[in-house]
Amino acid sequence: MPSNATSRTAETAANGGAGKAVLRFLAANKSLVGLILLMAVVSLFSPNFLTVDNLLNILRQTSINAIIAMGMTFVILTAGIDLSVGSVLAFTGAVCASLVAADASLWVALPATLALGAALGAANGVVIAIGGVQPFIATLVGMTVLRGATLVYTDGRPITTMSDPFWAIGGEYVFGIPVPVLIAAFAFIVCWFVLSQMRFGRYVYAVGGNEQVTRLAGISVTRVKIAVYAVSGLMAALAGIILTARLESAQPTAGTAYELDAIAAVVLGGTSLMGGRGYIFGTLIGALIIGVLNNALNLMDVSSYYQMIAKGAVILLAVLVDSRGKTNR
Amino acid sequence: MTAPLLSLHGIGKTFGSVTVLRDVDFAVQAGRVMALVGENGAGKSTLMKIVTGIHDPDKGGEIRFKGQPVRFHTPRQAMDAGIAIIHQELNLLPGLSVAENIFLGREPRTRFGSIDWSTMKARAAGLLARLKQDHVSPGAPLGRMGVGTQQMVEIARALSLDAEVIIMDEPTDALTDVETRILFEVIRSLKAEGKAIVYISHRLSEIFALCDDVTVLRDGQMVHTGTVADLTEADLIRHMVGREITDQYPHAKCPPGKVRLEVKNAVADGVEDVSFTARAGEVVGFAGLMGAGRTELARAIYGANRLQTGTVEVDGVPVPLKSPRDGVRAGIAYVTEDRKADGLIQPHSIRFNMALGALGRLSRGPVVDRRRETSAVAEYMKAFAVKAPDMDCPVNTLSGGNQQKVSLAKSLLTQPKIVILDEPTRGVDVGARREIYVLINKLKEQGLCVLLMSSDMPELLGLSDRILVLSHGRLTGSFDRGQATQEGIMERAVA
Ligand SMILES: Nc1ncnc2c1ncn2[C@@H]1O[C@H](COP(=O)(O)OP(=O)(O)OP(=O)(O)O)[C@@H](O)[C@H]1O
Ligand SMILES: [Mg+2]
Repeated sequence: MPSNATSRTAETAANGGAGKAVLRFLAANKSLVGLILLMAVVSLFSPNFLTVDNLLNILRQTSINAIIAMGMTFVILTAGIDLSVGSVLAFTGAVCASLVAADASLWVALPATLALGAALGAANGVVIAIGGVQPFIATLVGMTVLRGATLVYTDGRPITTMSDPFWAIGGEYVFGIPVPVLIAAFAFIVCWFVLSQMRFGRYVYAVGGNEQVTRLAGISVTRVKIAVYAVSGLMAALAGIILTARLESAQPTAGTAYELDAIAAVVLGGTSLMGGRGYIFGTLIGALIIGVLNNALNLMDVSSYYQMIAKGAVILLAVLVDSRGKTNR
Repeated sequence: MTAPLLSLHGIGKTFGSVTVLRDVDFAVQAGRVMALVGENGAGKSTLMKIVTGIHDPDKGGEIRFKGQPVRFHTPRQAMDAGIAIIHQELNLLPGLSVAENIFLGREPRTRFGSIDWSTMKARAAGLLARLKQDHVSPGAPLGRMGVGTQQMVEIARALSLDAEVIIMDEPTDALTDVETRILFEVIRSLKAEGKAIVYISHRLSEIFALCDDVTVLRDGQMVHTGTVADLTEADLIRHMVGREITDQYPHAKCPPGKVRLEVKNAVADGVEDVSFTARAGEVVGFAGLMGAGRTELARAIYGANRLQTGTVEVDGVPVPLKSPRDGVRAGIAYVTEDRKADGLIQPHSIRFNMALGALGRLSRGPVVDRRRETSAVAEYMKAFAVKAPDMDCPVNTLSGGNQQKVSLAKSLLTQPKIVILDEPTRGVDVGARREIYVLINKLKEQGLCVLLMSSDMPELLGLSDRILVLSHGRLTGSFDRGQATQEGIMERAVA
């Protein structure tokens, strides 16, 4: 398994001092160090930052990107990329909204939406794994076609929903925590389990590490690839449900450029775009870094134009620090 | 003795907390061939990587080249100074042509600064001719060639540098007898030109045939240096492993069991109409020259290459072979000859690699059973004497021979009925080789059917119950154990 931070620390804690263990953990989780530093700096500049309300707000705002980025992690671990997530989000969100608007039971509407997302992702996977099309191109096509399909389906207008139980998915609080945050936390646990404990997770790392070796070991690389894009589509649909629920409407342009934030979160979390190396905990941290950054820039009244520049600079910095650590080793 | 051309004094090397080399002295003379031997993980490759600027030595050591203290920080500096190395693991770019690989980074230029393709191809052709590889076209892409040919290209690249010291790290690992002889001729002519050669190999017969001097490393320390003529093979082994090894090729006699594998009229890329059977408890050896079709046959039986016509039956049941998955399901395991490209996922751990093919057996439903996995991996690491700090360390930090052991263990962990071993002891030291032979015998006694493809003649003769000879993709000979001789086999191999 590529360095699984938590188990490594458990080992070192047993035979070394706790302080050493903490240092090891931080060295293996540079993105976490980055997040903590960022939060420290921001709290110096902005007194409103370290309040429970604001932190919960960040978590809520981050949850959608975090969920998409977790799905993206599966794809990137196989050395692929999924540019279609934003469009999948919009399309599945629209379908979900129309089902809810037509008074379908949530027990039908939600699973159907998730299944649709997985199927759209799997379609990407088929084009890539069986059709042999480059992931970048295949999902670029997926992104364009699905955006078009969303506009056709919605006729270019938002679809509004009037359902309190549906709204609750995006807007309600449970034990003082926003529901989207709980959903993201649950998704994180499931993804972590799949990647680190399940056979499928091993195969994902194997495909990204060396496809040829994986194939010769008797593993169907085709199936693994289709599956990871299905996971990505599923997660995009989950994000679509949350966003639609929160806004109580599906916007045909929803999710535009979301793929970029998701990819950024994955890369900030230390996952290699070359595949085979990385882990889901990093992605979560990466998403939080982006969330904190957005929030901080808002608190500091930085215009959204400058926000983009600042965000780009931070990502570049993080990636430079990370790659430097690698060549020195 | 004259002053050495290249000498090392007090070289040490530590990776993190692991000490790999301790206070090593080493020297080579112009016009002589120095053998560097030792067990897997003894530090041979690491020492040579220090010489060529890939690793930095620990503080305190000294390297002298032509009498001057030197320290190279990049392989390029060493190259420019006149030290060339042929690495143990192939370092070629499969997407580029043969000529491009040979001159990578040093392409001949025209007056206008663009690459002078015709000069490059002509010079590449000259080098290949020197290695008697005239059949290899300089413009052909490298990726489609066998490991043996790729190794010859790697050698050609080292020759193209016209260096004064040439280091060869297990160059014959992937070569058959014929190419090995060609290489020896080339080395002798280099020697006559006054070059110094460092020659690393686990094939002891080569050391005695080729080398003038020998240095032995054991656990990172220099334990012997002197002339080869003063040693017997037994002496050398004793220096390397610290004990005697008798009976290098143990052979277990088993009553032949039922027919396990039946291949009928197999035709595939590089294989023309091959039929044979193999029984449970039998080791069937395959001999042949480079390009005879052994690897191609192995891959076709396993489902990695397409079987155009013909059938493969396991225990009397025809097996559909569309992908390696079908091979695995039918109980066939394949240990590839090219562990770097096909055998191991380099940055992943020993545990990850060994368990990969066997996860079905090591899981409860879809969840990997860590405990069962750990015990299985630990068991095989012990059986193969894999030298590594722990099972979670990445395989690319292991020595070549230890990587080979992991690759072998990975296939056997699937508990196959039939195992195809393509050069199974490539780069494995004498001691560990014997361990592997003992293990093969044990598996055989348990009813495993073993197909052994090996370029190492003594190994093939020592282990096989029957030897089949391939030439140009066809079976040209069959020998029972006892009848088989090196000469007899060679005669059929060139047929
Ligand atoms: N980059 C690295 N990081 C950590 N350990 C390493 C690294 N490279 C080599 N080692 C360790 O150094 C030791 C010596 O390795 P080396 O490759 O020099 O052995 P070798 O004598 O060439 O063996 P072989 O005959 O198997 O090729 C091994 O135990 C190996 O695990
Ligand atoms: Mg070596």
